[in-house]
Amino acid sequence: MELLVLLMCPLAGALILGVFGARRWAPELNVAISLATFLAACALTVRVIGTGDLIVWREQFFIDPFNVFLVSLTALVGLTTSLFSRPYMRVEMEHGRVSAGRLRLYHSMYQLFMTTMLAALTTNNMGLLWVAMEAATLSTVLLVTLYRTPASLEAGWKYFILCGVGIAQALFGTILLYFAAEKTLGAEGVSALLWTHLNAVKGQLEPAVIALAFVFLLVGYGTKAGLAPLHNWLPDAHAEGPTPISAVLSGLLLNVAIYAVIRCKVLVEGSLHSALPSRMLMGFGLLSVVLAALFLWRQRDIKRLFAYSSIEHMGIIAFAFGMGGAVANFAALLHMTVHSLTKSAIFFTAGHASQKAGSQLMDNIRGLITLSPTIGWGLMMGSLAILGMPPFGVFASEFLILTTAMREQPWATPILLAALGVAFAAIFRQVQPMVFGECTGRRLPHPPALLPVFAHLAIVLALGLYIPPYLADWYRAAARLIGGT
Amino acid sequence: MKTTEVATQLLEVTAALAAAPLFLGWVNQCRAWLQNRRAPSIALPYYGIRKLFHKDALIAEGASALFRFAPYMVFSAMVVAAAIIPSMSTGLPLATAADAIALVGLFATARVFLSLAAMDIGTAFGTLGARREMMVGFLAEPALLMVIFVASLISATTALPAITENLATQKLGLYPSLAFTAIAFTMVLLAENARIPIDNPATHLELTMIHEATLLEYSARHLALMEWAAALKLFNYACIGFALFVPWGVSTVRDRPLALLGSIPLLAVKLAIVGAALALIETISAKVRVFRAPEFLAIAFLFAVLGLLVHLLLGA
Amino acid sequence: MAGAPLDLQLLNLCAALLLLLSFAMLAQRRIVSLVNLLAIQGALLFVATLLLAWRTAQPHLYFSAALTLALKVVFLPWLLHRLIRRLQVYWDTEPLLNISGTMLLGVVVVVFAFGLAQPISHLASTATRNTIGIAVAVVLLSFVTMITRRKAMSQVVGFLSMENGLFFGAMSATYGMPMIVELGVALDVLVAMLVLGVFFFQIREQFDSLDLHHLETLKETHTGEPARSSQEHG
Repeated sequence: MELLVLLMCPLAGALILGVFGARRWAPELNVAISLATFLAACALTVRVIGTGDLIVWREQFFIDPFNVFLVSLTALVGLTTSLFSRPYMRVEMEHGRVSAGRLRLYHSMYQLFMTTMLAALTTNNMGLLWVAMEAATLSTVLLVTLYRTPASLEAGWKYFILCGVGIAQALFGTILLYFAAEKTLGAEGVSALLWTHLNAVKGQLEPAVIALAFVFLLVGYGTKAGLAPLHNWLPDAHAEGPTPISAVLSGLLLNVAIYAVIRCKVLVEGSLHSALPSRMLMGFGLLSVVLAALFLWRQRDIKRLFAYSSIEHMGIIAFAFGMGGAVANFAALLHMTVHSLTKSAIFFTAGHASQKAGSQLMDNIRGLITLSPTIGWGLMMGSLAILGMPPFGVFASEFLILTTAMREQPWATPILLAALGVAFAAIFRQVQPMVFGECTGRRLPHPPALLPVFAHLAIVLALGLYIPPYLADWYRAAARLIGGT
Repeated sequence: MKTTEVATQLLEVTAALAAAPLFLGWVNQCRAWLQNRRAPSIALPYYGIRKLFHKDALIAEGASALFRFAPYMVFSAMVVAAAIIPSMSTGLPLATAADAIALVGLFATARVFLSLAAMDIGTAFGTLGARREMMVGFLAEPALLMVIFVASLISATTALPAITENLATQKLGLYPSLAFTAIAFTMVLLAENARIPIDNPATHLELTMIHEATLLEYSARHLALMEWAAALKLFNYACIGFALFVPWGVSTVRDRPLALLGSIPLLAVKLAIVGAALALIETISAKVRVFRAPEFLAIAFLFAVLGLLVHLLLGA
Repeated sequence: MAGAPLDLQLLNLCAALLLLLSFAMLAQRRIVSLVNLLAIQGALLFVATLLLAWRTAQPHLYFSAALTLALKVVFLPWLLHRLIRRLQVYWDTEPLLNISGTMLLGVVVVVFAFGLAQPISHLASTATRNTIGIAVAVVLLSFVTMITRRKAMSQVVGFLSMENGLFFGAMSATYGMPMIVELGVALDVLVAMLVLGVFFFQIREQFDSLDLHHLETLKETHTGEPARSSQEHG
């Protein structure tokens, strides 16, 4: 029942906002719908934690500890982003960058995007997972091009084509998965694509086909997760769209894509009993971290900077999942959570900063601490958090990952450390003058909506200091599920 | 060697020699009909060859022995080719001397001598024709070889009579690979025999000539032999096409000798149809510019390769 | 293969023609012809699905065939033609490689695809397992088509051709995916095309052309600032 509300609520919201999205009270309605979604997610979480895995609706939907925490995370960030977007989009409209029609599109697509992501997280059917991932891309393409500038059109085009080609590879992988499943499970039609069924028989699936399927699935869903070398669309799409969309893309869509990869990895590892999936994940992860760290030095646009940071962190997560084992999986799940919260917080502050300065170029943003102390501190805290400074949660997860790497994959540790160090320097070098430099902009009369920022950062700080036992158990259960070497 | 086989062999060669100019005449006849003109007599090529034999040969001063020797060489190559191709019967004793790939080599020999002789005099047009002829031949050969490969793969042999027999006894069905290779072969036929769309056989403009330009310096009996050889080449190509793609009706070694008489009219019917089709293709196509000829031949090669790939994958 | 029943022979013929069409698309420069070739591809898929439905007596394949007909033969080509007319894009510019080079690359790609599909063909139990290699070849050829083009419309046609190839692969390996998944995929393709239609107009509005080199300016050191006052109309 909670699942029904969870999925129907944003869908209904999308339809309603499609009609009324330009009214004065539309942003409030948006927040209300997100709140309802979040409450449904909480209820669902409580139920699953209490009574165990849920399989509903003719086995098409499946909730276990792994995806339920992602569901609540998604709903939470969706709620806070909608809170942030309320005044932000108002200011954008006053600046004339969006019109009434586009605002309608924005609100309805936002809720539609939430629906598709939640559907992707909770579905049991690998085919429907694919459909939902593609739908998530499609619902955000028009949002990336919302401002209709040449740069945003180019970003939207790259996003569409590159993710489209990537997802076509994933479709091929899904077909191969179905092919392998059919041989073992028989041609029962729908049930051959159900993850629960596949998980039960994964030892009997044909290794050759499954290996090939995994390659395609990793390339396909990895494109959507921003793993190098298929990450080209990410910096543009995250930088050119409106800030709430950047936050949601960075914080949520990447997580869902990694989730899809990991679901496949569980199946493949059970079938192959070889190190191929782990090695591939680790390879792609490391490549992403290194490439992102190097590219971070050349950035001049604040949102592009943090988009590359997202690629880097996704690389770390992929690497951790590649290593496998209880500790690494736990750390990766924790990292997914804290990265999501921190990155969206950063994008909120960056959005406000660029709105105040009237430009996204970091050279034009200076002296935030004097201009608006809340934004200045928010950006500073957020950057410190994402760079892995203690006592924030990112430090905890990165520490766990690094120690596990030193134990199990010592060759990777210097690379990781070097990349992290380079990224630290690159980001800090840019943030420091932005926050503490000479003040150049003028104060805007609107108070920035920074409650979400500090709420996120508070959670991240809390997670860095102390992980409540139910959360730790939650993570451990999910880590056990994911398994690995 | 049995007498029937020798007789078959001789019959084939003489039939080829006799029928080749007639075939050429028939193609011209069809072209004229399609273009709404009155056609010249169907035996016009015969009259042309006969007239040329009566004339005195005029040879340029700087011509070497190669120049005088080449027409005979080219003509003999074509005759030998005609002897090997199973146009009427597969019981050809001479066929064991050369398989399908050697056949392609025979055509190549003829082309080499033709080009060398054209360059021998040293005129601009001769060299031009020789270069273009070699380019077209160089690009068409891979396509032709690929077509033969496909046929050989299907029949597990490269000897043309064996291929013919094998293909004739296969069950009727849809063979996409053979369809693709047939298209490729048609394109190669058009290119190698200097038909439109590669070359206009009736052109008088030297700058657009490919094959004609190599014959500009020849006269009398040399020219007669060259023209006859060109007609034979077209006939041979048509018969190779029949052997590979329309193999029914060719009498085999095991048949009674009188079966040969049955295969002759069938061959005539096939030639008539193909001649009309050739005229149709020539009428509806335009000649492509010379630098686009490689594209045309690349497409032919592509079709042949597609046929090969489809056969390898689907077994069809 | 000579002794195979007629419907299998027809299926093989469909597969061979699909491969030929993919090569034809690789060489084609007129965008209208590209869309027509896409429609013919869809028609071949429809015939193949119908044959397979008749052969295996699975009712959901009939639905699948009808869906293919409605979407890939009728609606999508119509939509694309309408876009072409309204956007006035008729010709693509010179492809990156010349025709002969592209063809040779295509042949290499096809051989690679056949090799890739070998293990799957060995394990398949369907009657059409031999055509899996052709499906993979079509996908890879469409990919080559996409990367050697400059006009946005041609890239989209290449993308749709890739979807066709994947659909054919699903059909030959597993007699089609479960119906719900196929419906989802069809819906996705449809929505993608509609989104693209809107998108093309936006691009056109901004750049007055659909040539993609306008869309290659975003670099690492891009200095484009978001417009202060954008157009008011959506």
